[in-house]
Amino acid sequence: MSGSAIKPRIEKVSLSDRLADKAPLLLVPALALAGLLAIGNPSTWLTLTVAGVAMGLMVFIMASGLTVVFGLMDVINFGHGAFVSVGAFVGFSILIWLGGWASAPSVFLNLAAVLVAILVAMTVTGLMGYAFERVIVMPVYGQHLKQILVTMGGLIVAQQLIYVFWGPDAIHVARPQSLQGSILLGNAAIEKYRLVAVGIGLVLFLVMRHILRSTRIGLLVRAGVENSEMVEALGYRVKRLFLLVFMAGSALAGLGGVMWGLYQETITAHMGSDIMVLVFIVVIIGGLGSVEGCFIGALLVGLLSNYTAFLEPKVALVSTIGLMVVILMWRPQGLYPVVKAK
Amino acid sequence: MTTPLLTLEGVHTHIGPYHILQGVDLVVPEGGVSVLLGRNGAGKSTTLRTVMGLWTASRGRISFGGREITRLDTPSISRSGIAFVPENMGIFTDLTVAENMTLAASRGGMDPKRLAWIQDLFPPIGTFWNSSAGTLSGGQKQMLAVSRAIIEPRQLILIDEPTKGLAPAIIKSMTDALRQLKETETTILLVEQNFAMASSIGDTVAIMDDGHIVHAGDMAELVADVDLQERLMGLSLEAHQ
Ligand SMILES: Nc1ncnc2c1ncn2[C@@H]1O[C@H](COP(=O)(O)OP(=O)(O)OP(=O)(O)O)[C@@H](O)[C@H]1O
Ligand SMILES: [Mg+2]
Repeated sequence: MSGSAIKPRIEKVSLSDRLADKAPLLLVPALALAGLLAIGNPSTWLTLTVAGVAMGLMVFIMASGLTVVFGLMDVINFGHGAFVSVGAFVGFSILIWLGGWASAPSVFLNLAAVLVAILVAMTVTGLMGYAFERVIVMPVYGQHLKQILVTMGGLIVAQQLIYVFWGPDAIHVARPQSLQGSILLGNAAIEKYRLVAVGIGLVLFLVMRHILRSTRIGLLVRAGVENSEMVEALGYRVKRLFLLVFMAGSALAGLGGVMWGLYQETITAHMGSDIMVLVFIVVIIGGLGSVEGCFIGALLVGLLSNYTAFLEPKVALVSTIGLMVVILMWRPQGLYPVVKAK
Repeated sequence: MTTPLLTLEGVHTHIGPYHILQGVDLVVPEGGVSVLLGRNGAGKSTTLRTVMGLWTASRGRISFGGREITRLDTPSISRSGIAFVPENMGIFTDLTVAENMTLAASRGGMDPKRLAWIQDLFPPIGTFWNSSAGTLSGGQKQMLAVSRAIIEPRQLILIDEPTKGLAPAIIKSMTDALRQLKETETTILLVEQNFAMASSIGDTVAIMDDGHIVHAGDMAELVADVDLQERLMGLSLEAHQ
């Protein structure tokens, strides 16, 4: 008896369980298909779909840090948008400074200018994230109301600092030479910059997935999101890990800011807090703490916004909120609820 | 067997407004198994969590291997040589069994000999090595929780109710594993409700009630003294046997 009882029992996962697990993944193609049916014209649909994916990936970049920060230490950071704005302004200044590269008729130099702008913006926002975490967030671990208040305070300070350095007006950002204009794919005109944004977004998603799945730091982050006490009981300092994640998330928001600024071609001090509405919707749809959920949520929001902006411009923003409501009715914890111990 | 490895002196723990531990004195001698008994809500888990630094003692002193650890943070306490198997097992269900074990081996890779020994103690650990830990059964999760605590040699292991909800055959294999562990000179502080299991492997015993230790002594004494058992039965064993 004793020998046989501890034999492993392979539990069969029922088909419906497996489907339920994959269902969120199917939402993206399902939405794209629904879009095609509603729009009718395949070329228009392709243009909108690329725009939607590009927008979704940019929102994902901005949202991914926020969701992990929440998952790991239960910290609600309303100041996340500050990193988006600062990233955009720093990136803009670098592009001006590298004006020669950006306006040269060379794809290579143009992309190099964008790359340098991104790297500098990420460094600045990463360091800013360090200061933000130590000074503003650390004293209020575990106190949600205070977190909301002080991180919003941090956001206001950052916005005022942008006014100090760059002035109060909206600034026009010119895309580098070779990223301007569109290419024709059949009858569909596709903005070149959107393709670049899709490329950067996908690479980043794959890198993040690799880090989270296959590196020790990634394992610790995932373990910490589920049960940070146990991670500490195994001898790891979760607060140090959290600081690292917070800095990475801030740097990603800075990257998102550069990309978003180039996408909109206009930057303002409050662009970060404006986009935060979408970012929070995406984080909630995905399931607080879930990077995969955040990715799918971002694609859904990006596609839906572009489809509705074309079909029925008046309901564009409302549609994403509607999406959130529908998804929460189906899965109250979001697409990929994060298992929390306790 | 007689030098104390872990000592709690007059330890008080508050959780929010509640005064849970009200002066706990406990000595865990080096080597062997010390059992902590007590009825539900007596404060056993709180005692282990306070030792681990997951709650901070508001008064009193905890020392481990002659060094005071009362105010150290949890990672430092863990690194000083204490492993912890919490009541809820603390399995990372999003990770595979292998990944759970990798994280537990914090000082570099896993020792292959030790891993082979563990897989021998708990065959499911080997069988489900690459499966998601979330798909394990309750008993298998418990085995993983214990395996994680012993993948590296530690001086002391705190185990909170490893037999909770397990079938008798698995209780037996868990008990065998703890017995083998005891032979490797690891000291075990075991919280347990199953008196038959606890008395079969315990060397010393302490009984808690209402945030105090109400009895401490050798397990053999308690097993032999039926009167004492009867008197403490109401405290520690009600509704369990
Ligand atoms: N997080 C908490 N917040 C408030 N009270 C708590 C908390 N954890 C434990 N308690 C209280 O502390 C007391 C002791 O709990 P503890 O879990 O230590 O008991 P236990 O002896 O381990 O019980 P059991 O045998 O049921 O596991 C209980 O009255 C419990 O309600
Ligand atoms: Mg308990």
